[in-house]
Amino acid sequence: MSRLKILALLPLAAALSGCDYVVLAPAGDIAAQQRDLVIISTVLMLLIVVPVMALTVLFAWRYRQSNTEARYEPDWDHSTKLELVIWSAPLLIIVCLGALTWMGTHLLDPYRTLGRIHAERAVDKSKAPLEVDVVALDWKWLFIYPDYGIATVNELAAPVDRPITFRITASSVMNSFYIPALAGQIYAMPGMETKLHAVVNHAGTYKGFSANYSGAGFSGMHFNFKGLDDKGFDAWIASAKSAGGSLGRAEYLQLEKPSQNEPVRRWGTVDADLYRLILNMCVETGKMCQSEMMAIDAKGGNGHQGLNNTLPLAYDKYARRGTVLGPEPTFVAGTCTPDAPQGQTTASIKAPTDFEPLLGAGLKRPSFTPLKSSSFFLGQRPKSDS
Amino acid sequence: MSPDLLKLIFGRLGLESLPLHEPIVVGTFVVVALGGAALLGGLTYFRLWGYLWREWFTTVDHKRIGIMYMILGIVMLLRGFADALMMRGQQMLAFNGSEGYLNAHHYDQIFTAHGVIMIFFVAMPLVTGLMNYVVPLQIGARDVSFPFLNNFSFWMTVGGAVLVMASLFIGEFARTGWLAYPPLSNIGYSPDVGVDYYIWALQVAGVGTTLSGINLICTIVKLRCPGMTMMKMPVFTWTSLCTNVLIVASFPVLTVVLALLSLDRYVGTNFFTNDFGGSPMMYVNLIWIWGHPEVYILVLPAFGIFSEVTSTFSGKRLFGYTSMVYATVVITILSYLVWLHHFFTMGSGASVNSFFGITTMIISIPTGAKMFNWLFTMYRGRIRYELPMMWTIAFMLTFVIGGMTGVLLAVPPADFVLHNSLFLIAHFHNVIIGGVVFGAFAGINYWFPKAFGFKLDPFWGKMSFWFWVTGFYLAFMPLYVLGLMGVTRRLRVFDDPSLQIWFVIAAIGAVFVFIGILAMLMQFAVSLLKREQLKDVTGDPWDARTLEWATSSPPPDYNFAFTPVVHDNDAWWDMKRRGYQRPLTGFKPIHMPSSTGTGIILAGFATAMGFALVWYMWWLAALSFIAMLAVGIGHTFNYHRDFDIPADDVIRTEDARTKLLAGAK
Repeated sequence: MSRLKILALLPLAAALSGCDYVVLAPAGDIAAQQRDLVIISTVLMLLIVVPVMALTVLFAWRYRQSNTEARYEPDWDHSTKLELVIWSAPLLIIVCLGALTWMGTHLLDPYRTLGRIHAERAVDKSKAPLEVDVVALDWKWLFIYPDYGIATVNELAAPVDRPITFRITASSVMNSFYIPALAGQIYAMPGMETKLHAVVNHAGTYKGFSANYSGAGFSGMHFNFKGLDDKGFDAWIASAKSAGGSLGRAEYLQLEKPSQNEPVRRWGTVDADLYRLILNMCVETGKMCQSEMMAIDAKGGNGHQGLNNTLPLAYDKYARRGTVLGPEPTFVAGTCTPDAPQGQTTASIKAPTDFEPLLGAGLKRPSFTPLKSSSFFLGQRPKSDS
Repeated sequence: MSPDLLKLIFGRLGLESLPLHEPIVVGTFVVVALGGAALLGGLTYFRLWGYLWREWFTTVDHKRIGIMYMILGIVMLLRGFADALMMRGQQMLAFNGSEGYLNAHHYDQIFTAHGVIMIFFVAMPLVTGLMNYVVPLQIGARDVSFPFLNNFSFWMTVGGAVLVMASLFIGEFARTGWLAYPPLSNIGYSPDVGVDYYIWALQVAGVGTTLSGINLICTIVKLRCPGMTMMKMPVFTWTSLCTNVLIVASFPVLTVVLALLSLDRYVGTNFFTNDFGGSPMMYVNLIWIWGHPEVYILVLPAFGIFSEVTSTFSGKRLFGYTSMVYATVVITILSYLVWLHHFFTMGSGASVNSFFGITTMIISIPTGAKMFNWLFTMYRGRIRYELPMMWTIAFMLTFVIGGMTGVLLAVPPADFVLHNSLFLIAHFHNVIIGGVVFGAFAGINYWFPKAFGFKLDPFWGKMSFWFWVTGFYLAFMPLYVLGLMGVTRRLRVFDDPSLQIWFVIAAIGAVFVFIGILAMLMQFAVSLLKREQLKDVTGDPWDARTLEWATSSPPPDYNFAFTPVVHDNDAWWDMKRRGYQRPLTGFKPIHMPSSTGTGIILAGFATAMGFALVWYMWWLAALSFIAMLAVGIGHTFNYHRDFDIPADDVIRTEDARTKLLAGAK
């Protein structure tokens, strides 16, 4: 009988050993620190949870009705000393946990540039981090490497021990960019930009996916993240370069259309302005970019003229219908200036990409002085910083 | 008929809207239709329609309305749980290249419907039903403050449930997840009727919930019997008060945010669109400003139930009544300061995230204090392990685990790796099942003899208990494990075969819970058959402590022949100890509210309007709206709103009880 039991347990044991607790054993320093916080917080809470559970069982057993030897005090309902203990014990735990939270949240803020590669090694300030622009599409991931001028779909690679700076947005609906082995997730949202700084410490292939449900093709929206040594990464870039093809605005509009379970794709060259256009939702020619619109609004808007500056929606990746009672779908047309033909913007108006100001220990204070800046109240506010 | 005319009459509803291509839905429809036909036929055959209409549908008696809420909750539990079983089945099968048996269109509706139904149409009715039934009795009142409004609130909740159920067979439900985040839920990405069903079901039911919240606040504030100061109210009444304050303060936010979303969808505004300055994050903020208090709306009454049960079955005064009350109030206030913890990962700054993380953790302090108070109520008690107490012990052991993982998720960096994962799913099922559902079951087993005059069968109750508890652990502990493997929620297919075993265990757990639900239904049936054996004539089968046990079971229409006077927290315990004698003479006529059909009629028109707006049948929407106004105004001319129960009837009822009590001795 006992043998049978052991046999029955075998598949379970096999399953357990084959499991990959990636959240508890990640390959990147940020995820490892997050893991540490998970474990420390759990241990802190167990300090109170275990006694509570033990006392529950103990009291439930000891004061059962049939145990007439136990003391019975039906009117005992107050003890100031006990009250002090039961309020202060959880309070103490939360004070510790709160301090830990404040520090951990600031140190592991995904918007914060990295200070270290791993526990024993600081970041080499002379080397620039790897920049990757991430776009969540329906239902696949587009990665643009601005420094290398290449782009891929559903495959991401980075050299080991080199900090990575992700700038993340989406084309249509909300997704969440998550590579458990590398770092915690951050949402990818249309018309907004989020950031993530991370580093991978061990070479290998890891899973990445969307962690926020985004529609029918959501289950297939995953990709491989490759941590490569420097040589391997150069080879990977070279192979992407040699893949040829060019990702421009027209190609992007094709790519953006909903599709499921997309295979890996690569482009040797990519429109340098593409990410900015995607973020500002103006890849379609003739559409006003969000950054322009915000700049105009910040200066008081276009008044009544602004109302007429719309055109019927011609391009529509979902062939969506309009609302029943409202007007036909439209978009805001780009305005022409002498040095910016319609649909293109002058370089001086920039997308809200700089989220640098950060408060916290060891961090740089924001340099603005509110009263001097006339644009403080009306100025461009990054939308994602709610 | 011309297509234009058809479109005018039926809007966008056509034959192609019926899900005839989905065999699972068709099969369900056949079963439901047959069952429904049998039920309706039976009611007609036994000529029960008149009885149901007079005694139940039009009643303004808080006790009957409370019972109807419970029935609604249990019926909807079956639907919501069917969704859960289908999800578990799909996730168990969809490995190694298999697509499972549900396509994305169906599966995405199922997980959305599961969440919406379980929160709005199972947990809410169960909690509201218990409050409706028990609170007026606990405070020695004859009914709630606004009895007609109570009836109307109930039927509006039913109206919402009807719309959700209609979406199963006519059209489809939302495919957005239970909170319908835009842009996905906006017209561009969800042009179908699903989200409209979602909006109008919640709007119709939301009116009912808000009004019932107002009603119960008034009742608790104004209708307490003499001597019952605020600090002498039973803890369940306290938690109900706090819950209803939360309802009144938070449900309007839900109403507004859904109204804005429907403006986006119907008239082309841009509150939550990507373009034209719309901000989807505004929706996320607003919905959670409702959504977080909502979880406390559900769990606070459960805390109240556990307090009553622990004290009663330990035969002991509740330890730390004052700190229990303050803890409840603190939780009520804090529940408004934590909403952002649902989206730490949307790019808020570190200081904002820390603030909301720490406020969230602070809630665990009063909750912890409550846990200790229950513990020390058991300490030096004489604990009787009847079913309500068993559920309470299961709650205490389960809820601390859920509380712990909740605090863990409140640490933002930890949330970054666990957000939206199955760990999160395990966490909130751990607190909602371990807290709210166990609480509702404790409450049902505890107050059932009060409502019907006989106890629930303990054998099937214990079966249900053990299957539920083991089923819960089997179903959700694997999800914690999967969350630590980085598996995210709402996935339909998987590519890593090593995960499958955990989903199989979880599915087995779901089957256990299913058996638990069946055992509970069996418990009701068996108890009904054995009602003579399980009968309680004393009105106080548990040797309990609060005022609802002072009257007969079931209580007479007027609850108390004389309004009681209270001198102690445990009013009934105190009365028993001081040798309280039931008054036998001097009865007077009792002033009571009259039944009215206005509530069900108004709610019927509201539901029709919701259905019409879903399908763009503008004429029907306008007609129902006008009809609602007309009936509402007409009702103000109804002068037959109250009547007096003659003194003779009161004497007859009370004498019958006197005889019963004498027979019991």
